[in-house]
Amino acid sequence: MNDMITIKYFGEIAEAINCKEEQIAAKSDNLSELIEELNEKYNLKRFPMIIALNQNRIELNDDITIKNNDELAILPPFAGG
Amino acid sequence: MKKKKVFIKGAISPEFISESIAKHQSKHSIGAHNIFLGQVRADEISDRTVEAIEYSCYEELADKKLFEIRESTFEKFDLTCMHIYHSLGLVKAGEICFFVFVSSKRRKEVYEATEYVVNRVKEDVPIFGKEIFKDQSHQWKVNS
Repeated sequence: MNDMITIKYFGEIAEAINCKEEQIAAKSDNLSELIEELNEKYNLKRFPMIIALNQNRIELNDDITIKNNDELAILPPFAGG
Repeated sequence: MKKKKVFIKGAISPEFISESIAKHQSKHSIGAHNIFLGQVRADEISDRTVEAIEYSCYEELADKKLFEIRESTFEKFDLTCMHIYHSLGLVKAGEICFFVFVSSKRRKEVYEATEYVVNRVKEDVPIFGKEIFKDQSHQWKVNS
């Protein structure tokens, strides 16, 4: 069975793709491949993005492995204050 | 991780701010407070005027970052206490959306600590703002 990943979207990105949260059965355990899949689905490349895996900010590289029940967050630049 | 209340629904009222000050009168080691208040500005952007900002956040990551900011602020500066409050939801132009309150024995520390906390919150805490114009159109706030 594929690993189920929860993906949360925020701010302008959530609005543009009309989705705040979804669960996806990941086709591979490689985070970059999952992000690529989301890029194809939603054209995410049009946005500046910050990525967090299980509430840790990460830089995308090929070495990050995802596992069942992970929480991935796709965030626009922060605008507090 | 001890969670401190930071997020407040809607605007931060002047009464809330004055009560926060009053609560520190029993702490007699304090000799200096410093306060930063962020207020929603009625920016004019191509003939449209901002009427309000609707704030949202990624709460789990925000809590974690706020905890880190608190820890590192106490490490860097000799403070008696500090408080951070930020609005979520709708805040109208002219209302307060961000309140940082820093206290120490002496004044030198509080100026630097306030600046440090305000900058870290803006840079590291996942908060998003939808700027709503008078005609009800909107755009997403970008920190400069």
